[in-house]
Amino acid sequence: MSTEKKSSEPLFSKKNKKLITDPLTDNNPVTIQVLGICSALAITVQVNQAIVMSMSVLFVIIMGNWIVSLLRNLIPSRIRIIVQLLIVASLVIIVDQVLAAYLPDLSEKLSVFVGLIITNCIIMGRLEAFAMANKPWPSILDGFGNGVGYGAILIIVAVFRELFGSGTLMGIPIFGNPLPGEESGLYELGYQNNNLMILPPMALIIVGIIIWVQRSRNKALIEEH
Amino acid sequence: MALNKESNGFTFGFAIVLVVVLGIILASLAEGLKPLKEQNVRVKKQIDILSAMMDVEAVGIDRSNAEKEFPKYVNLDDAIVLNNSGTEIGKGKEAFEIDIKKEYRDKTLETKDKRFPLFIAKDKTGASRYIIPVVGKGLWGPIWGYICLKEDMRTVAGVSFAHKTETPGLGAEINKPFFMDRWKASMISDASRNFKKYEVVKDNSGSTDPSKIDGITGGTITSKGVEEMVNRSLAIYSNYFKNLNTK
Repeated sequence: MSTEKKSSEPLFSKKNKKLITDPLTDNNPVTIQVLGICSALAITVQVNQAIVMSMSVLFVIIMGNWIVSLLRNLIPSRIRIIVQLLIVASLVIIVDQVLAAYLPDLSEKLSVFVGLIITNCIIMGRLEAFAMANKPWPSILDGFGNGVGYGAILIIVAVFRELFGSGTLMGIPIFGNPLPGEESGLYELGYQNNNLMILPPMALIIVGIIIWVQRSRNKALIEEH
Repeated sequence: MALNKESNGFTFGFAIVLVVVLGIILASLAEGLKPLKEQNVRVKKQIDILSAMMDVEAVGIDRSNAEKEFPKYVNLDDAIVLNNSGTEIGKGKEAFEIDIKKEYRDKTLETKDKRFPLFIAKDKTGASRYIIPVVGKGLWGPIWGYICLKEDMRTVAGVSFAHKTETPGLGAEINKPFFMDRWKASMISDASRNFKKYEVVKDNSGSTDPSKIDGITGGTITSKGVEEMVNRSLAIYSNYFKNLNTK
């Protein structure tokens, strides 16, 4: 099945470009396919964490797609899911170990969530749906597109949650000092951080709002009922 | 050669080769990064100990220079190891190597066999400081920290708390300055050096009583976890301090 037209295709042909742009807009893994929601709830309280999480997922999905695509003609179909899982799990452990060694502070903050990348449905979904049936280069692009599409939503949600929940962005105070007795900036006027923003349900609500905005801009995305 | 990749033999062979290859890659990676990770843990512990005593950021101590700065404040040769009734059972560098988190979790280890390290330090002015490591349970996972006492062995000079997975914005706030500052100047014992239990309160009365601390709104279970952790540990150490001062 893989003997389609040989590599006469340019690296960034129209079809290949679509692999990157589609997941960013009309086929976003989070807002359209509604995958990977669990991590969108868990690590979007701070922008820093969301960025590191996005980079980690990006690495795992690109490498995973690439490796599975290279092996796609060898992997016995009966054990393909376990093989994919093994590859993803190994990549995640690599990320976890490298973070623990070189970025110990962030690794502590992300704690268990790096390990949970394994269960991120986007990654397994792309391996099974795309990498198993496509050549390495398109698979890398597909991984990149989906990884960025996921990361973009993660970071948008994190910006809202950190800004309104803690009054900071990447740890830098935006609205002034909220400490009782030494308020400054907006807090002096009686502004208060919204504690609901920090709780997981708010991530769902923000994702919901993003989905709403996206679908009202592009009516084609609305499903028939 | 036609390879039947659906045959049992190929399936087994593929699985075995893949597992061995991945195993080798991961094992060598873990081994290769081990020294770095161990150093990270050691440095983190040094920073945690120091931050109970002072504002490490303001002094300019971070991961890059902690190993050099740490001995300037804490002399590990003076460190002491206590048993659970507050009697000295050891001295010196071994105190730093004790993993109290592991001993706390270890269900097979009897309480009387657990060891409790005490670090003795000097602050910038040369005044003695006693630093007590504590460990306990929060809502989701372990919490731990260090409590620093002034030279009178009663007044808290500062604390540093940390947690693994407490709820961000709620329980996780125990490691924020606003909460840790509430412990400053509180007392671990009464005038005759009998241990006095801490109480984490909700009614904002923390600043009125030296053994009451205002808890964190929305972080009740974590706050209670801190209370339990501090009381359990300080009960042991205050025994030691009492004996030391009545001899």
